[in-house]
Amino acid sequence: MLKIEGLRAEVEGKEILKGIDLEVPAGEIHAIMGPNGSGKSTLSYVLAGREGYEITGGAVSFHGQDLLAMEPEERAAAGLFLAFQYPVELPGVGNANFLRTALNAIRRSKGEPELDAMQFLKVARARMKALSMPEDMLKRGVNVGFSGGEKKRNEVLQMALLNPGMAILDETDSGLDIDALKIVADGVNAMRGPAFSSLVITHYQRLLDYIVPDKVHVLMGGRIVQTGGPELAHQLEASGYGSVQAA
Amino acid sequence: MNALMEHNASEAGAAGFLHRFEGLRERLPGQGLPWLASLRARAAEAFRAQGFPTRKVEAWRYTDLAPLTQAGFGEPLTPVDGALVLPRSAAPKRLVFVDGRFREDLSDEGSPARSLARHLPEAEGLLGSIARIDDLPLVALNTALFEDGALIDLGEGVDGGVVEILSVTSAGRPVAAHPRHLVRLAAGARLVLIERAWSAEQDPAEGEGRYLHSPVWEFVVGEDAHVTHARLQQEGRAGLHLATTFARVKASGTYDSFLLHAGARLSRSEAHVTLAGPRAAAHLNGAQLLGDGQHGDCTTFLDHAAPDCPSRQTVKTVLAGKSRGVFQGKIHVHQVAQRTDGYQMNQALLLSDQAEIDSKPQLEIYADDVKCSHGATVGELDESQLFYLRARGIPEGVARSMLIEAFLLEAVEGVADEAARAALAEVVAGSWERLA
Ligand SMILES: Nc1ncnc2c1ncn2[C@@H]1O[C@H](COP(=O)(O)OP(=O)(O)OP(=O)(O)O)[C@@H](O)[C@H]1O
Ligand SMILES: [Mg+2]
Repeated sequence: MLKIEGLRAEVEGKEILKGIDLEVPAGEIHAIMGPNGSGKSTLSYVLAGREGYEITGGAVSFHGQDLLAMEPEERAAAGLFLAFQYPVELPGVGNANFLRTALNAIRRSKGEPELDAMQFLKVARARMKALSMPEDMLKRGVNVGFSGGEKKRNEVLQMALLNPGMAILDETDSGLDIDALKIVADGVNAMRGPAFSSLVITHYQRLLDYIVPDKVHVLMGGRIVQTGGPELAHQLEASGYGSVQAA
Repeated sequence: MNALMEHNASEAGAAGFLHRFEGLRERLPGQGLPWLASLRARAAEAFRAQGFPTRKVEAWRYTDLAPLTQAGFGEPLTPVDGALVLPRSAAPKRLVFVDGRFREDLSDEGSPARSLARHLPEAEGLLGSIARIDDLPLVALNTALFEDGALIDLGEGVDGGVVEILSVTSAGRPVAAHPRHLVRLAAGARLVLIERAWSAEQDPAEGEGRYLHSPVWEFVVGEDAHVTHARLQQEGRAGLHLATTFARVKASGTYDSFLLHAGARLSRSEAHVTLAGPRAAAHLNGAQLLGDGQHGDCTTFLDHAAPDCPSRQTVKTVLAGKSRGVFQGKIHVHQVAQRTDGYQMNQALLLSDQAEIDSKPQLEIYADDVKCSHGATVGELDESQLFYLRARGIPEGVARSMLIEAFLLEAVEGVADEAARAALAEVVAGSWERLA
C-alpha cells in the first residue's frame, strides 16, 4: 500500500531524512520508534505533503501512485491521514464546520453524496460517543482551548470520520490518560482490516500493548536502522536506543 | 438642465462641484427655509475655501482623492422608472434611495424612517447640529448639495425596530450623490439601522461605471438610548464611496457601529463619535475586504468627553492583489473623562505581497485615571493552519477562504444585534471568496 524507497529530505538546507526505506503492505500496522529529533515527524509531514521540505532523493508510492507529486488534499482524498503530533488551533473555525467540510471534501472526491448538517451531526455524535468526547467540542473553535488529550482525541475523531486507508499517527498516545489511551487504541483497532494500514509513531511500548503492530522500525539519524516484530519494542523499552546504535 | 449637466460632468475637481451648486441652489429642496438656505450657502463657502483634501492634510496622508478630483461627475439623474434589481432587504422595513433620491415606490410605508426632503422643516436644529463643515470639506459639500436622505426621529422610549436604508447608484453615468441622513433618539429609544450602499452595476467594464456616493450621517443619541448602525458598503467596483458619520451619545446611551468595506474602487469611511455623558458607550468595529485595485480607508475619531465611558474598536482588513488598506483611529480622552475604558485593535491579513496596509492608532489622553489599550498586527495566512486543513482533504482555495472568514468573523461577532450580525456575516461570506 505504502512504499518508501531511499527517501531523502532537507529542511532549510539541513538533511533530516537520509534515505528511508519502508514498506507497509495493506492490512498491516507498523510502529516507528526513535529518539527525539531523529526525523519521525519530518517523515510524517513529508508523506502528508507539507511545504518547506525539499525532497532530495527517493520515491514514495501509495496505492501505486506517486505520492510526492500530489497536493496535500489529493493525498487525503486518496486515503492518507496524518494525526498530528501537535494539532493546530484554528480560532474562528468551528469544529463542526471543519469536520463536515473535511468529510464532505473526502466524500466528494470518492463520488459519494455530501452530508447535510443534520446527517453530519448524527454521524459525528455517534463517533464522539465512542471516543467519550463531550458534544460541546463540536461548537468550539478547532482545537482552541482544548487540553492536550482533547486535541489528540479530536485527531482520532477526524480519523474515524474520514475513514482513511492509511493512517499515520504521530505520537497520538502522548498526553493521553490511561483510559483515553485505551479508547484511542480501540478506535484504531476497530479500523483494522485488509484495506487499512497504519504507521504508528510512538515513544512508548504501552500503546503497542493495545495496538499490536505487525512490525516495529527504529528510526535514528534519518534512517531506519532496525526492523523487528513486536518484541523489538519491549527490547527498546528495557535497554534504550544505545543498544541499537551498538548493533 | 441637460446642457448644464453635460457641462458639469466634464468639469473636474472642486470647481465642477461649485458650479453645480450655483446651478442647483434655486432648485434644491428646502427653498422656503431660510435657515437651510443660509446653511447651504455657508457650507458652499466652506467647501470653496478648503477644496478637496489633499495628502498634505495629515488626516488624508494615506488616501489620495485623485480619482475624484481628476474626473468629472455630473448631477444625480432621475433613474429610469421601473425595474431595478435590488439586493434582498435585511430588515422588515426599508427605505430606498436611487442616485441620492428617495424612491417611494421601492420603499416600505410606515417605516420609522422617512424622506428628509419631504420633512425638512422638522430637521431645523438637528441638521448640522453635530456635523462639522469648517474643517471637513466633504461634509461641507454634502451640506451644500444634499437632495434627500433618511430622517429618523424616535420619541422617548420608542423602539424603532430594524430598518434598512438602501442607497443604490444606477451607475449608467458618472453621477454624484450626497445624501444626508439624520437620526435622533430621545431618551430610552432604540433602533437597529442597516445601511447598505450598492450599485446596480457591480462589476462594470474597464473604464466604466464611475460614480461618487458621499453620504453624511448625524446620530443624536439620547440618555439610555441605544442605536446599532451596521454599514454595508457594497458599491460597484468603479464607485467612489466617501462617507462621514457623526454621533453624539448622552449618558448611558450606546452607539454600536460596524463598518464593512467590500466594494468600491476607493472608499473612505470617517466616523466622529463623542461620548458626551457618563457611561455612554461606543463600538466602532469594522472589516475591510479589499481586492486588486481597491483602496479602503477606515478612519475614526473618538472623543471621550465624559467619565466612566467604555469604547471598543476592532477593525480587520483583508488585502489581496494590488490593494491598499488604511486604518486611522484616534482616541481623545478629555481631562474630565476619568475611568475611561478604551480598547482598540486593528489587524490586517495580507494575501499578496503587492498589498499594503497603513495603520495609525493615536491616543491622546488628558485624564489620569484611564484604562486604554491598543494593538495592531499585520500577518499572512498561517502556513501550518492552511496545511492542517488541506491535510484533511479540504482544497486549498476553500481552506484559504475558511481562514479568511475566521479572521473576519471575530470582528462581526462583536455586533450585538442579531439581524445586523446576520446581514454582515452574509456579505462577508459573499465577499471573501473573491479574495481567497
Ligand atoms: N523547520 C525546521 N528548521 C530547522 N530544523 C528543523 C525544522 N523542522 C525540523 N527540524 C529538525 O529536524 C530534526 C527532526 O525533527 P522531527 O520533528 O522530525 O523529530 P522527531 O523524530 O519527530 O522528534 P520527537 O520525538 O521529539 O517528536 C530535528 O533536529 C529538528 O530540530
Ligand atoms: Mg515528532
